[in-house]
Amino acid sequence: MIVAGCDVGSLTAKAVIMDENGLVASAVALAKRSPEESARAVIDRALKDAGLAMTDVAWCVGTGYGRKNISFVNSVESEIACHARGAVWQAPSARTVIDIGGQDCKAIKIDAAGGVARFLYNDKCASGTGRFLEIIADALEIGLEDLGGISMKSTKKITLSNQCVVFAETEIISLVNDGAEIPDIIRALHNAVANRAAALAKSITVEKDAVMTGGVARNAGMFEALKNALGCELLRVENPQINGAIGAALMALDAARGAGGGPVPRKERALVD
Amino acid sequence: MMVAGCDVGSLTSKAVIMGDGKIVASVIIKSKARPGDSADAAMGQALSKAGLSMNDIACCVGTGYGRDRISFVKEAVTEIACHAKGAQWLVPSARTVIDIGGQDCKAMRLDARGNMVKFTANDKCASGTGRFLEVMARVLHVELDDLGTLSASSRSAITLASACTVWAQADVIQHLNSGVPVADIAAGINSAMASRMSVIVNNIGFERDVVMTGGVAKNAGVVAALEKLLGLRIKRVTRADPQLAGAIGAALIAGERAQGGKS
Repeated sequence: MIVAGCDVGSLTAKAVIMDENGLVASAVALAKRSPEESARAVIDRALKDAGLAMTDVAWCVGTGYGRKNISFVNSVESEIACHARGAVWQAPSARTVIDIGGQDCKAIKIDAAGGVARFLYNDKCASGTGRFLEIIADALEIGLEDLGGISMKSTKKITLSNQCVVFAETEIISLVNDGAEIPDIIRALHNAVANRAAALAKSITVEKDAVMTGGVARNAGMFEALKNALGCELLRVENPQINGAIGAALMALDAARGAGGGPVPRKERALVD
Repeated sequence: MMVAGCDVGSLTSKAVIMGDGKIVASVIIKSKARPGDSADAAMGQALSKAGLSMNDIACCVGTGYGRDRISFVKEAVTEIACHAKGAQWLVPSARTVIDIGGQDCKAMRLDARGNMVKFTANDKCASGTGRFLEVMARVLHVELDDLGTLSASSRSAITLASACTVWAQADVIQHLNSGVPVADIAAGINSAMASRMSVIVNNIGFERDVVMTGGVAKNAGVVAALEKLLGLRIKRVTRADPQLAGAIGAALIAGERAQGGKS
């Protein structure tokens, strides 16, 4: 039985195709003008990779910030629920999930049964989100993808005195002008983002094992920085960026089974404006 | 006897020369890369305006974020002390002072004698500081000084969804792209600024008269929005430019020092 999960975030959209045995295909694409467009494009790519068509999908669950605006999903689930579910599937021992996305940061506590026990969420302040990295990468004319590698070359520890992205940007420009090394600056940036995310996680108390998900987890420098900021072991998952979509697909599997196991008639959902 | 005050801020630097309790000359300049250079330039211009030289100044006090890098001052005094003193000189009935700087926001409560009894500040987050308006003016392609007047012609102000400067900036760009008139966006920006300031003011509680100092006091849109939020009229500063409050306070303290008086 084929199911799908679609996670439409602010910066990227993710789609996952699964069956009872696990992952079949996945795709990540930059978000387009509307959540619907992003979702269509990314699920079409995942389906194409799998050699499947939408009619083969028994159930599709939507999640993420744009989830209410996707017409082809059978149901929607909260990001928190999907991220928790995806994390436990990817790392069964996970009890604390820290997800850093393009515009938010989530800390989720998982109970023994794999459900959500507690969570905290920051989308009010850009500090501690992927946006902080994006803005500084832009200012320094460095590709977002290159930050991790560059930070690994750091030889000297510097600390940013500002937590606010706006103030930190000015501080970083002064550091560059004063001759500070770029790798040292990037490491300081990673530490600043990590400290903010760790503070969020610590306020729900971090329980072993902690796992980092979200697109930012692909940045090895950020992973190290978060590990240090938490002061405890941090688990790596194979697919951090599609974690939410995996959770959505797992819920789709539940729903499809609950609906009798066979392909479920798809009804185009009315779009919520 | 001539005394001087020099207030080196992140965005602008101010110098004031006072004699016999009156302002003899004052200057506001854009800050330079180095605080020391800003102070030299501001004070140099103020002196030449007054037709004086540094030797004529009995005492000079420095304040502001760059206060420790000024070569010519006798003493550096905290911004809070200078702002409280300056505000009280500008408006003797002031009991609550809200000062918006280039990268901070301060709120002070004064007693009847001008002593500071309570104080709070935000310099951790750009929202609610001059920087917020600076970023927004740049996005709107308008001069910082025009933001206030612009919002007066607004018919239906936008509401910014987030207080964070980064998110608000994205919000403003989206409004611009969807064709919302600049005046309506400016009005939304001024309201957001005022609403953030009101949080800080409410933190220490306010008592009349409420006075606003700093460059943002000249933004009529922010002042009007803040009056609405606090439900009172903010007493206008007329004795001098409200942006000079810190430098005036520094000069007044310099006067006390010159006379060997208390701080």
